[in-house]
Amino acid sequence: MNSLKIIFDRDSWQEIFGSIQKNKVRTIITVIGVLWGIFIYIALSGSANGLDNGFEREFENIAMNSMFVWAQSTSIPYEGFKTGRNPQLKLKDAQTLRNNIPEIQFIAPRNVRGVFDGSSGSQIVRGTKSGTYNIYGDFPEYTRIATKKIYDKGRFINQSDIDNARKVCVIGERTQKELFEEDEEPVGKFVRIDDIYFQVIGVHKYIQGGGFESDGDVFIPFATFKKLYNTGENVEWFTIAAYDDADVIQVEKDVKQTLKRIHRVSPKDERAFGSFNLGEVFNRIMGFARGMTFLSLIVGIATIIAGVIGIGNILLISVKERTKELGVRRALGATPSEVRMQIILESVFLTVIAGIFGIVLGAFVLAGINAGTANLEDFPYTNPTVPVSFVLGALAIMVTLGTLIGLIPAQRAVSIKPIDALREE
Amino acid sequence: MIQINELHKSYKMGSSSLHVLKGINLSVEDGELVAIMGSSGSGKSTLLNIIGMLDILDTGTYELDKVLIEDLDETKAAKYRNKFLGFIFQSFNLINYKTALENVSLPLYYQGVNRKERQEKALKYLASVGLADWATHLPSELSGGQKQRVAIARALASEPKLLLADEPTGALDTQTSCEVMDIIQKINQEGKTILVVTHEEDIAQMCKRIVRLKDGVIIEDVKVNQVLAAQYV
Repeated sequence: MNSLKIIFDRDSWQEIFGSIQKNKVRTIITVIGVLWGIFIYIALSGSANGLDNGFEREFENIAMNSMFVWAQSTSIPYEGFKTGRNPQLKLKDAQTLRNNIPEIQFIAPRNVRGVFDGSSGSQIVRGTKSGTYNIYGDFPEYTRIATKKIYDKGRFINQSDIDNARKVCVIGERTQKELFEEDEEPVGKFVRIDDIYFQVIGVHKYIQGGGFESDGDVFIPFATFKKLYNTGENVEWFTIAAYDDADVIQVEKDVKQTLKRIHRVSPKDERAFGSFNLGEVFNRIMGFARGMTFLSLIVGIATIIAGVIGIGNILLISVKERTKELGVRRALGATPSEVRMQIILESVFLTVIAGIFGIVLGAFVLAGINAGTANLEDFPYTNPTVPVSFVLGALAIMVTLGTLIGLIPAQRAVSIKPIDALREE
Repeated sequence: MIQINELHKSYKMGSSSLHVLKGINLSVEDGELVAIMGSSGSGKSTLLNIIGMLDILDTGTYELDKVLIEDLDETKAAKYRNKFLGFIFQSFNLINYKTALENVSLPLYYQGVNRKERQEKALKYLASVGLADWATHLPSELSGGQKQRVAIARALASEPKLLLADEPTGALDTQTSCEVMDIIQKINQEGKTILVVTHEEDIAQMCKRIVRLKDGVIIEDVKVNQVLAAQYV
């Protein structure tokens, strides 16, 4: 009888069920060992994956390798300037940075009213309704760095808005709620920002996790902002995205050095320009998440191995217990390969059954975790799943280990001569 | 049926070796019912094990049904056992988690007989030993005599050429011993060749021929007038 025939033969399964049923307690305890292992594996890697997804959700609206750079005050005297000077970033700095640092993919100069200038923002009026909101002066590039989801029918600022310094604005969800009726379509309507009429061109969907931004933010073209608030060529900060393969820490250093050169600041002055490197933070967090995944993988697989070894152990004892039975079978004409196959199939069968139960149990626990964390906005945890490849991989590991570990008792079973087996009482 | 020439067998016991069979010559014809007798250590079980291909001989030849049994590896021995031989043991050796019917059909399973045919045959042989009603019972629910009858049915199920019984009545009282021997005699009357190892004189007298072993050699080989077990039942 070849092995394939044995596997697909109903009778060999009946033999296996027979011997498994014979000792239910033994079978259950063995199964629990592996079940626990695969359960730990699934639950851990699923949880780690949930954390991973959660972090990714936190950062989904901003380019992973982006940074912000702003001017502070100098701390080292340089070229005749005293300390405490405040360099002013200028619009043309963007072009210089782009020219000098090829790793920069996008650079978006930004200005804002209501965040850093001590004011509470600008008053926006529409009919009898009004409110105070932060106003940003933006370039279209900004959306390449930080995604802004715009509701249907609307759009973000485009190059033509900049070129013509159009009086158009993108308002926030809250702004819409506060200035418009519930069923009113805001796009195309006009609002008054600091007594100047602006046409609403879009409503942006607020995505949580973007620093000081809020759901009431209003974006207007940079050029319009310049005229409205008389900021000239001044820029409050640059939002910069590097190419995916660039080293963000190096780009950050290069940007600062270039700015220091432009603004005649000592190259050693660490305080003249401030920056926040999202890429670096992101790398650290993702590294942590990857570490968690790796750890869960190691722990899970180690637990599975421990469980499978348990199966091997139990089968070894069971073979010892069944020495006589196996002797009888061989006296009745079972070939060594049939006996071996039976023991290995028992091992694999127990492992796989335990594995499937473990996977199902793990899935339930993950579903529970998912339900429990679904509404936690502040907690970076989303969709704790285990990739199918992990599950299949775990099953493959279990079948392989089950076979290998089954070989030991199987070999033992056939190494006893039938005559010795029959003599044993 | 059996042709044995100059059979020697010794066992290694540490540094010394124990010469158990010292040149056995034995010929058994079809349809014989032979008792192999001897005290313990006479080598009768070893002889039966060699005939049953559970053990291998050192020197000499052994022919079973005109097939020379040599170069036995485990796989080959298993196939021969399955094809030629049926075993009856002193301690029955039924598989305790299988029903009587399943026990009887086990050799057929290893012959590759399909399920339906297996069931039918097994039931037929169970019926032949009078246990058709006990087919679904586990060995633990059967008496000693019933267990041995199941074991006989199992030995017969594969339709072997030769039936080997190792102290078949060793674990049974006189009454059940006679019942079992009655069945063995009936099977023999139907033409089956049977070898019975025993140390009980009255059991031996129920066979047609007695071969006595002592210290590894045959000291007596006589035909006897068979005592029918049926008269004691």
